[in-house]
Amino acid sequence: MSTVTKSIAILALLVTTACTNPDRFADGSGLGSGEINNGGGLSDPNAINQSNLDPSSPQYFNQTVGNRVLFAVDQSTVSAEGAAVLDGQASWLAQNPSYIAVIEGHADEQGTREYNLALGARRSNAVREYLVSKGVADNRMRTLTYGKERPLEACSTEACYSKNRRAVTIISASGLS
Amino acid sequence: MRYILALLVLLMGGFSTPSTVNAQQPLKLTITDGVIEPLPFAVPTFQAETPNAAQFATDIARVVAEDLTGTGLFREIGADAFISTISSFGAPIQYPDWRAINAQALINGAVSADANGNLVLKFRLYDVFSGAELGSGLQFAGTAQGWRRMAHKVADEVYNRITGEDKYFDSRVVFVSETGPKADRAKRLAVMDYDGANLQYLTDSSAIVLAPRFSPTRDRVLYTSYESGFPRIYVLDVANVGQRALDVPDGTMSFAPRFSPDGQRVVFSLTTGGNTDIYTLDIASGQRTRLTDTPAIETAPSYSPDGTRIVFESDRSGTQQLYVMPAGGGEATRISFGSGRYGTPVWSPRGDLVAFTKQSKGRFHIGVMRLDGSEERLLTASFLDEGPTWAPNGRVIMFTRETQGANGAPALYSVDISGRNLRKLRTETAASDPSWSPLQK
Repeated sequence: MSTVTKSIAILALLVTTACTNPDRFADGSGLGSGEINNGGGLSDPNAINQSNLDPSSPQYFNQTVGNRVLFAVDQSTVSAEGAAVLDGQASWLAQNPSYIAVIEGHADEQGTREYNLALGARRSNAVREYLVSKGVADNRMRTLTYGKERPLEACSTEACYSKNRRAVTIISASGLS
Repeated sequence: MRYILALLVLLMGGFSTPSTVNAQQPLKLTITDGVIEPLPFAVPTFQAETPNAAQFATDIARVVAEDLTGTGLFREIGADAFISTISSFGAPIQYPDWRAINAQALINGAVSADANGNLVLKFRLYDVFSGAELGSGLQFAGTAQGWRRMAHKVADEVYNRITGEDKYFDSRVVFVSETGPKADRAKRLAVMDYDGANLQYLTDSSAIVLAPRFSPTRDRVLYTSYESGFPRIYVLDVANVGQRALDVPDGTMSFAPRFSPDGQRVVFSLTTGGNTDIYTLDIASGQRTRLTDTPAIETAPSYSPDGTRIVFESDRSGTQQLYVMPAGGGEATRISFGSGRYGTPVWSPRGDLVAFTKQSKGRFHIGVMRLDGSEERLLTASFLDEGPTWAPNGRVIMFTRETQGANGAPALYSVDISGRNLRKLRTETAASDPSWSPLQK
């Protein structure tokens, strides 16, 4: 419980930073680069030296490969940047066949609840179809939409919205070895 | 603006009499599109006919007054202005004393309680300027716990007799109670009286829950829950809070459910392979029928009151717009053509209007239009208004308004279909996704 509380506190801090410093990711390298892990919890970006990560670990997938792709307003088309991340995900999944994935689709808050659920479903499915096209077996993936229910960043400007329009690939051990 | 006003006049054109009251006309408040001067009324503390009914007599009169003033159509004259008191329920009314303070309507009531805590409430409504009773006296019996419902029934009678509109105070609202930070909101289903009283939680906050919808007989609630890890529709029995998932194919997601007017079917959205279409499910047989089959997002379906048609939203044109189709599926007719995007349509209980959420120029609105798309009127505007639900009489709409920013939170608001009387409901937590019940029996 204290971990959750701490995570929330750190998240609030990150959100504040994001909202007050829209240039935080201006170098373009922020995508999936390790500030925030896939479970909605937080990891200290300074705590992990990425070069020391085991390449077959979920941490490596989340932070080095990148578990997240972003979308334009109202769109579910995988961008060129997104495709590069997904190529890495497909390779990793090929090298780590004991892992399965749930792909979460998310929307920003600028839309009605039901529409955003459907839009999140389109986004998660776009990622799934891309990964299938790169050779990932369809039965290793499941899609999920959160609509606008789980924003990553809480401010109400494009600086946050652009990070909330996302699909996140959550990997876990399949239990079938 | 002039265009909108002209539409207003057209829509309300059937009502042309002025909203004033005098001695020559019986007491009548006609709801028009113009600015209404609220009708002054007096509600002296009800008579306690047994000693143990004193608190009920006071409290019931207060709730009656709050119901009426809450409509924006009535104005209470406070007791400090009273010249007369009413000594007993049957005592003659001193009309000149009530005329002198311009109380056009006078509500008189009496409460008695027996040893078991059962209440009997009597009331009479007087047209002060006509010097006569308006309608007949009525008596309600109930338990002490149900005292607020008895008050709502009195207020409903007064509202109905004076305005001619159908009743709506004796109704409930099921909604989502929200707590916690915006990025990790905890959500619970809750139900309350339409005025926020008698709050009861129906689920815990262990899974995200969304958009509950009352059944036509108020005994069940459909909602979407992430209990399984994926969005899925459940039906909950309000009396015992038992719940079960609706049967949907493996690997699909389902949401946006509503009951058919007969309560035997559910219309909802089912997502498979990233594509969202509209289906119905016969609850008894479990038979599922697909109503739309396009690559577009088709969601937020709502039945007409007679059950023959469904209004829904689709982005098949490229943006979210409203469509009407036969209840069994088939050709859909687009009804929204204004600028902007239209979603979450809800057919009014009177059948004459559809309420919707509109997004235009970065703002959200709650609006209404006729079923052919004509006479569109926007009732609200804010950073984020969405999810209208109709009062049982089709005169008032409740919806979610969310404030912006990292500390933004949703609350429930209501507004008259004239666009007047925007009010924030009192809820103990942030709240969203209201569904207004039919009138209780």
